[in-house]
Amino acid sequence: MSTGTLYDKVWALHRVAELPGGQTQLFIGLHLIHEVTSPQAFAMLGERGLGVRHPERTVATVDHIVPTTDQGRPLADPLAEAMLSALEKNCADHGLRLHGFDSGQQGIVHVIAPELGLSQPGMTIACGDSHTSTHGAFGAIAFGIGTSQVRDVLASQSLALDKLNVRRISIHGSLAPGVFAKDVALHIIRRLGVKSGVGHAYEFAGSCVAAMAMEERMTLCNMAIEAGARCGYVNPDQVCFNYLHNRPCAPRGAAWQRAVAWWRSLASDGDAVYDDEVSMDAGEIAPTVTWGITPGQAMAVDEVVPTPDQLPPGERPLAQEAYRYMDLRPGQPIAGTPVDVCFIGSCTNGRISDLRDAALVARGRHVADGMKAFVVPGSQQVAQAAEAEGLDAVFTQAGFEWRRPGCSMCLAMNPDRLEGRQLSASSSNRNFKGRQGSASGRTLLMSPAMVAAAAISGVVTDVRTMLSTAKHTRTGPD
Amino acid sequence: MTPVPITTVEGRAIALQGHDIDTDRIIPARFLKIISFSGLGNHVFADDRAAAGGRHPFDYPEYQGARILVVNRNFGCGSSREHAPQALRRWGIAAVIGESFAEIFASNCLALGMPCLRGETRVVEGIQQLVQEQPDVHFRLTLAASTLHGLDRHWPLMIESGPQTMLLSGCWDATSLLLSHENELRQTALHLPYLHDFAPPG
Repeated sequence: MSTGTLYDKVWALHRVAELPGGQTQLFIGLHLIHEVTSPQAFAMLGERGLGVRHPERTVATVDHIVPTTDQGRPLADPLAEAMLSALEKNCADHGLRLHGFDSGQQGIVHVIAPELGLSQPGMTIACGDSHTSTHGAFGAIAFGIGTSQVRDVLASQSLALDKLNVRRISIHGSLAPGVFAKDVALHIIRRLGVKSGVGHAYEFAGSCVAAMAMEERMTLCNMAIEAGARCGYVNPDQVCFNYLHNRPCAPRGAAWQRAVAWWRSLASDGDAVYDDEVSMDAGEIAPTVTWGITPGQAMAVDEVVPTPDQLPPGERPLAQEAYRYMDLRPGQPIAGTPVDVCFIGSCTNGRISDLRDAALVARGRHVADGMKAFVVPGSQQVAQAAEAEGLDAVFTQAGFEWRRPGCSMCLAMNPDRLEGRQLSASSSNRNFKGRQGSASGRTLLMSPAMVAAAAISGVVTDVRTMLSTAKHTRTGPD
Repeated sequence: MTPVPITTVEGRAIALQGHDIDTDRIIPARFLKIISFSGLGNHVFADDRAAAGGRHPFDYPEYQGARILVVNRNFGCGSSREHAPQALRRWGIAAVIGESFAEIFASNCLALGMPCLRGETRVVEGIQQLVQEQPDVHFRLTLAASTLHGLDRHWPLMIESGPQTMLLSGCWDATSLLLSHENELRQTALHLPYLHDFAPPG
């Protein structure tokens, strides 16, 4: 049983009651909602004559179903329009803040809450979306929930939960040029497996993580769920405080100093006890891509698709299924695989630093003939910042489409989707069968820079070969 | 809500083999463009079933009406969509037995009063084999003992004490229970500095 970790401290602070059978009732400090997983929850509230207990602690946006071209109302898809209208009505009826199209702050829920300064250290954060683990980058305990649990949070601002074990994953050293937080995430999942995190919170630590900017930490924590861990987090530090300072919903003035002191006190103690510890060397991590149908079926871009005998016996049946579905042969290089569609965006990699990384590769080049390549900023604020820097022009001159913010082809609930057996290079988080909107569509997950490289060359490409001419440095603060 | 204890689940079973079956496969995202859960049962495993051209367990006549789903490792991984267990339940499933479950999927099932029980690999594979060989076997899942009975055999299963207690007591629908702790909720909120001491402007 862990003691003295941030997870233990935040859990204790939010414990409301012990429930029969040993579960804990946990207070939820911040509740984020969107149009897909909330309407049934509001309906259940209505059926029981219940209201929203803390309307000031629930914040809404619209992201999953929004078109990324024409966002005029009514939306072209009547089903999407009905979902957005329901969200608007539910928010109005219950007095909830909604960041809609006309707010200037609409976007993917896991992009806007951090950029507004809503996500803060020491909070418990829940949302009806599995990538809520993203907010753990701030030293929050943040996790995805289902719709019945959305109902419970609306009604009681709390949830019935089992406490998790805490595994510390320490990544030491520094990343080579062309290797990004996304590669770290895919490397961890490849090494530990897609179910290793079940029953665990993942604490990401070590010099590599300490050196990461907040947006990189968000990418890392975002993918914790792909390792099976419902939440992942990084201890709050000066990098985190600098990011939050002066954000609209962050504390100000004298309250800021009190907040920072409290936040610092929540970081895991030096002598904290973990249920498990794993350590990895950042120098071993190469640009990483998935070759199969789970995020754990990943490989370095310069390796060959693993053969069955290179895999543990338990993983071979799924590998066979993946070879067939992906139409990849064991032992073949992944580099050089022709790509049909390139997607840059999502709650994993749709932030300004992601767009800068991709733009560095795209600048002065052009996408391959016949390539469909598009960039979907994670939020209206990301889009605005990118346009102010001229990144939209870099992308459009290179032949990418520049779209409006939303979840887009990560899960293809809007018109952006693969067709038939198209193969996508995608900066999103899931390469499941059918995930990107075609029942036979295929997805290779990779960093935004690697997606840009694939778009330019038309095939899976080691981005390091394209950075030698473009000096790889961060072009601004995140 | 009047508590409805879940003590046993009886009926025929259906086996679905494979590891890491994610919730996108259980219910593809295009079926999520709805504001109620009704009707989801028709679309459970829609893409897998279409790809199999009808040769999918959920399409075989002998498994229609099955109540207990038997799966392998890390079932329900990926998206947190409650639409997945809702679709299974509306198809007719009332309990799931597997080698292991993704966490959010299991908690979504619990919130619907749908038990998820784990079994050792050989136990689960044994049940799957029996279900495939004899689809008409009538099973009885007993929550208190975490045991499955069928023919004259029984298989030991596992479930954590929290979910087990909530199902047996009928408190799996947690809302009423959570709301009953008014005082404790107020006290907890009072001691969280971010709600008071440095609450955000406006």
